[in-house]
Amino acid sequence: MPDKRGHFGLYGGRYVSETLMPALVELERFYSKVRRNPSFQREFHHYLREYAGRETPLYFAERLTRKLRGAKIYLKREDLCHTGAHKINNTLGQALLARRMKKNRIIAETGAGQHGVATATVAAMFGLECEIFMGKEDVERQSLNVFRMKLLGAKLRVVESGSQTLKDAMNEALRDWVTYVRNTYYLIGSVAGPHPYPMMVRDFQSVIGKEAKRQILAREGRLPDYLVACVGGGSNSIGLFYPFS
Amino acid sequence: MMNRIDQKFSTLRHCGEKVLIPFVTAGDPDLTTTLEILRILEQSGADLIELGVPFSDPMADGPTIQRSSERALKHGTSLPRILEMVHEFRRDSETPLILFGYYNPFLCYGLRRLAEEGRASGLDGVLCVDLPPEESGELKRWTSAEGLHNIFLLSPTSDVGRIRLVAREGGGFIYYVSVTGVTGARRRFEARLRAQVAHVRRYASLPIGVGFGISTPQQAAWISSFSDAVVVGSALIDVMERADGKREKVKRIGRFVASLKRAMNGGS
Repeated sequence: MPDKRGHFGLYGGRYVSETLMPALVELERFYSKVRRNPSFQREFHHYLREYAGRETPLYFAERLTRKLRGAKIYLKREDLCHTGAHKINNTLGQALLARRMKKNRIIAETGAGQHGVATATVAAMFGLECEIFMGKEDVERQSLNVFRMKLLGAKLRVVESGSQTLKDAMNEALRDWVTYVRNTYYLIGSVAGPHPYPMMVRDFQSVIGKEAKRQILAREGRLPDYLVACVGGGSNSIGLFYPFS
Repeated sequence: MMNRIDQKFSTLRHCGEKVLIPFVTAGDPDLTTTLEILRILEQSGADLIELGVPFSDPMADGPTIQRSSERALKHGTSLPRILEMVHEFRRDSETPLILFGYYNPFLCYGLRRLAEEGRASGLDGVLCVDLPPEESGELKRWTSAEGLHNIFLLSPTSDVGRIRLVAREGGGFIYYVSVTGVTGARRRFEARLRAQVAHVRRYASLPIGVGFGISTPQQAAWISSFSDAVVVGSALIDVMERADGKREKVKRIGRFVASLKRAMNGGS
C-alpha cells in the first residue's frame, strides 16, 4: 500500500493543479469505500467473467519449452480477453466506479490505441459518453484501433501539441478534465497519474496475477521461479507481479 | 527584511490601489528581450511580475502559453540563464518577481539550489502550478529558509477545507483561478466570481489575486473591484505574438499593460 498521501517511496503522490485536487480527494474517498465493498466486487467480477471472458487460460507452451530447453514456460493468455488485451480489466473496474460516482462522461488517453478501444468498449456497454485523446502521430500509426473506437461510438480528439504522442495526449486529457471536472471521469490506463490512479490500476489488474497464481499451483503444485512481463505503461506487469509479492 | 511582495501589497493598499501582475514566459522570444519586457512592464504600471519557466508538458496551460513555452524551449532557455537575467533586472529594480512554473524543472534543478540561487538573484516567490500544498513540504523547507514566498492556487472547486489549507500554508497572496480550465483568454466571466472571491476571503487573510483568462482592461477593472490583484498572462502573449519584430513586441506589451493599469485605477 502507498502511504497516506499516495507515495510509493520516491514515487507516486499528486502533482496536479488545485482545480483537480478536490476531484482526486473525492475519487480516493469513493474508491476506498467500494474497494472492500462486496456488492462492488461482485459486480466487477460478474463483468470480468460474463463480458471480458475471464478467467483467461494459463497455457503450457510445449514447443517453446522444448526449444529453449531450460524452464517450463507458461503463457497467461490476456490476449484472449474481450478487445484483445488485459486493458479491459481496468476499464471495467473504473467505469463501474464512474457510474457509481454519477459521472456520465468518460475521457481517456491512449498511445497505441488498446486502452482507447477498451475504454470505448465499456463506455458503450454502460451508455456513457466517451472521448479519447490520442497523439496525431499515433492516430496515423494505429488506424485500425482508431476505426474500432469510432465504431464503438467514442469521439476521437487528435492531439497536435508537443511531440504528438502519448504524453501529449495525457496532457490534453488533463486539460479537458480540469475544464469539465464536475461531470467527467478521467479513466487512466497506465500505472501513472496522480494518486489514487496507480493504486486502482494495480488493484483492478491484479486479477491477472491472482488467476495465474491459482492456475500454476493447480498445475505444478509450486510457484514459478520467474515472472516475465513486458512494460509499457506498466499495468499488465503490476497486475501479474503484485499478487506474487 | 520584509519580502518585496508583502511590501508591495501593503503599500498599494495604503494608497487604495490594486496590484497588477503581468505574466511573461522567460525566453520568449529570447532572454534579452524578456529583460527588456520586464523593464517596460515595470515602467507601464506592473506592480509585481510573474516570470514563467518554460516546460515541455504545461498541462495547466492553454494553447497560447503552450506555444510560448515551446518557442522559449526551442532555443534552450534554462533555469540558470533565467536566474542570470533576473539578477540583471534586479540591479536597478525593486519590483517583486515570482517564478511561475511546473515542479519537474524545479525538482531536476535541485530545490535547495533553486531557493538559494533564486534569492541571491533577486526572486521573491515561487508558484508551482502542479504542486498542491500537500506535496510542497520539500520545496517550502528551502524557500522558507531563504525568505521566499510559496504562492498557492485556489479554484472554484476548492472547498472550505482546502481554502483553510492554502491560507495556512501559503505566503504572499492567494492566486484564485477564475474558472475551471486552463489558462487563456475568456470572452466573459461568470458573475458569481465576485461571490467566490468573497467566500475565500472569509477564511483567508492573505491578499487575493485573480487570474486565468483576463484579457481586457474592462475585465481587469471589474475583477480588481473585488480582488486585491489581477493576473494577466495569455493576453499579453497574444499581444506579443501579433506584433512583428522584437522592438515592436516590447512597445505593444508596454502599451497594453498601461491600459490595464489605467482601467484598474478607474480611468479608461
